[in-house]
Amino acid sequence: MKTRPIDLKSIFKKLFTEKIIYVVLFFLIVGIVIIQPKFLSIRNFTNILAQSSTKIIIALAAGMVLMVRGCDLSTGRMIGLAAVISASLLQDADYAYRMYPHLKELPIIVPLLLVVAMCACLGLISGICVAHLKVPPIIATLAMQLVLYGAASIYFDRPPYGAQPIGGITIRLTRLCVGSIQFGPIRLPYLTIIAIVTIVIMWILWNKTKFGKYMYAVGGNPEAAEVSGVNVNRILKITYALAAVMYAVAAVLEVGRIGSASNSTGNGYEMDAIASCVVGGVSMSGGIGSVGGIVIGALIFTVINYGLSFIGVNMYWQYIVKGMIILFAVIVDMRKYAKRK
Amino acid sequence: MPESYILEMNHITKTFPGVKALDDITLKVVPGTVHSLMGENGAGKSTLMNCLLGIYALDQGEIIFDGQKVNFKGPADALRSHISMVHQELNQVLDRSVMENIWLGRFPMKGILVDEQQMYQDTKKIFDELDIHVDPKVKSGALQVADRQMVEIAKAISYDAKVIAMDEPTSSLTENEVAHLFRIINMLKKRGVSIIYISHKMEEIMKISDYVTVMRDGQLVATRKKNEITTDEIIRLMVGRELKERYPKREITPGDIVLEVKNLTAQGAEFRDVSIDLHKGEILGIAGLVGAGRTEFLETLFGIREKKSGTVLLNGSEIDNSTPQKARKNGFAMLTEERRYNGIFADLSVSFNSIIASLDQYKKNVILLSDRKIKKTVDRTVSDLNIKTPNNQSPIGNLSGGNQQKVILGRWLLTEPNILLLDEPTRGIDVGAKYEIYQIMNRLAAEGKSIIMVSSEMPELLGVCDRIMVMSNGRQAGILNAKEANQVMLMEASAKYVSEGGAAS
Repeated sequence: MKTRPIDLKSIFKKLFTEKIIYVVLFFLIVGIVIIQPKFLSIRNFTNILAQSSTKIIIALAAGMVLMVRGCDLSTGRMIGLAAVISASLLQDADYAYRMYPHLKELPIIVPLLLVVAMCACLGLISGICVAHLKVPPIIATLAMQLVLYGAASIYFDRPPYGAQPIGGITIRLTRLCVGSIQFGPIRLPYLTIIAIVTIVIMWILWNKTKFGKYMYAVGGNPEAAEVSGVNVNRILKITYALAAVMYAVAAVLEVGRIGSASNSTGNGYEMDAIASCVVGGVSMSGGIGSVGGIVIGALIFTVINYGLSFIGVNMYWQYIVKGMIILFAVIVDMRKYAKRK
Repeated sequence: MPESYILEMNHITKTFPGVKALDDITLKVVPGTVHSLMGENGAGKSTLMNCLLGIYALDQGEIIFDGQKVNFKGPADALRSHISMVHQELNQVLDRSVMENIWLGRFPMKGILVDEQQMYQDTKKIFDELDIHVDPKVKSGALQVADRQMVEIAKAISYDAKVIAMDEPTSSLTENEVAHLFRIINMLKKRGVSIIYISHKMEEIMKISDYVTVMRDGQLVATRKKNEITTDEIIRLMVGRELKERYPKREITPGDIVLEVKNLTAQGAEFRDVSIDLHKGEILGIAGLVGAGRTEFLETLFGIREKKSGTVLLNGSEIDNSTPQKARKNGFAMLTEERRYNGIFADLSVSFNSIIASLDQYKKNVILLSDRKIKKTVDRTVSDLNIKTPNNQSPIGNLSGGNQQKVILGRWLLTEPNILLLDEPTRGIDVGAKYEIYQIMNRLAAEGKSIIMVSSEMPELLGVCDRIMVMSNGRQAGILNAKEANQVMLMEASAKYVSEGGAAS
């Protein structure tokens, strides 16, 4: 047996070139802790887990689209549409401002399946535009984003209650989304458990199935994939549709977590999702990325969001910080490629 | 020759990784003459021109232009010194006007504005002089290819060039237009302009040249005055070398016909009416010049391109190969010409690259693939094909060209194909790996698989194949028995339809 000496020099080199983004983020978190040591509490830890759960699901979905050389800008608005529709069907029977006053209380699964089916169709439409009609993904999903926002607003803002947030969400859902199991000192939110299940399913899908291999192939080199007998258009369509299905699930969970929905629910989620993917090492040129990386990216992003709020950094400044992190991560990504060619 | 030269390229050497593209080339151009450059594909003609224009840096040698030693940093630099080039591929901005294309990068200015009036007049003047009837204001994209070619020639002249290199300028011209071009060339000669003329068309060379230089394998074979050389001699010089034992021996007993292609015609003008039959255990070569439609024929057969008409019969019954997926199911495999473009997944592992076309074989159940089966298969492929890789998880992009090619060949062998379509399978790989690939091909043929191979290296076709189909300008120019054929025959057949305006345009 040969033992491999730990090559500190190459580890450092890698850390300060390809992985420099992690180093920067690490120091950002250290800075937060120095300013406010109370940040390191179990309560914050649980909150961060709960907050990052839906973000992780959304980031994994958006990551699949990035993997096949796409880019989904409709993420947030699709979640918004799914949220208002599912919320309107999940209001408590005795809530005063029900959108459908005469509707019986439905089992959670019914509105869930409804929005899943709806989003699958919408995602499929984006996929068809990209695959068959050769619309650039950013444009196809940008158009989709506008249509969905319009649709969600029309659905949401109508008599008798107008643009009121859809509240009174049934406790059957909210309990699921804000509840938790106690493990000694740690409270594990149900949402986190759902996220972990999603991560496992996604990991298997990406790494152990034919579809996953084909997804990497289409992202890595669509021309070679086509020649190798991969039905590239079909993979693109399934990917967009599957991502949309995950948005629908995330939307219902968000409704339960927030306890209401409006046409602004989900606004900007695509940016958080794409940023998490990029920080987590998904290449914007497609074909490279891992489930683990995306999960870490999403966690880091939540920690920074939460941390910056915790030490009282103003919202507007948070946007600036986030913007710079995304830009930085993409620059690192592009430089990695420039070197290889 | 006690003459003075406008351009001297002395002892030019240029090496690319693994290939000596130019080996001690000396080319001297006399003012006011047409100096033709001839050679097979890959002989180094275009590389030499790229060295002249400063697109490639020289490894060794010097260029003396107009008595001065020069070292151009790029085409723009060369143009300032009055050396211009008409490229084989037309590089025009199709959405802009003809005159803008001609003066791009050096628009006449009036203050900070482009002087459209001046530009129009300048263009008109050049066109009138050259007898070109094209409206300078019309969009380039609206012109016929032949007219665009003439505009490109006018552009090269507009730099007041003393030397103009023309790389296959007549490939898209009809006979009348070629005559027009030659009138222009003769006019330029009278003005003292020298032309370096690259062409495969023997008749043109004999008609327009003053000097002929023949290149082969990056070396200069001979430079002669036109009236001291014949067509036959040029062909012999181009083909030259003797065949050595570079190909593994094989005894073939071709079996029954497995594949019949009848009158296959491309959707575009790339090729038409190509018919072949392929026997079990046979290696069929396809020869021809660049642009003869060989690659397009293979790609159409494999469903990468759409066919316009024609039928494909496998073991006597008609099959539908309209997409690569269908072709794969029908037992076809395809090694493409551009490995990087549509062969390898450069960032993904050797393992991934090997298995991607045969995933159904590794299923553990309906959903999952078995890592164990994958590993076993990849290990076997790597050792069977003698693929040299640090490990199976290394990105294929880090491997040498020959090893990449073996991985892709392995990918297709795992699909257990009956018919392999190989497009330039040994291009850009070293001699040792070439030999291994020939051996693999022989082994496959011995196992009863049938192979169609496109190659631009005639000795390779003669050494490896049973029969060779020659394509010329999108048409079938004959099928030769490899044992009875030689390079001169292939060369002549390749040029058979070239002088016609023909299918390819």
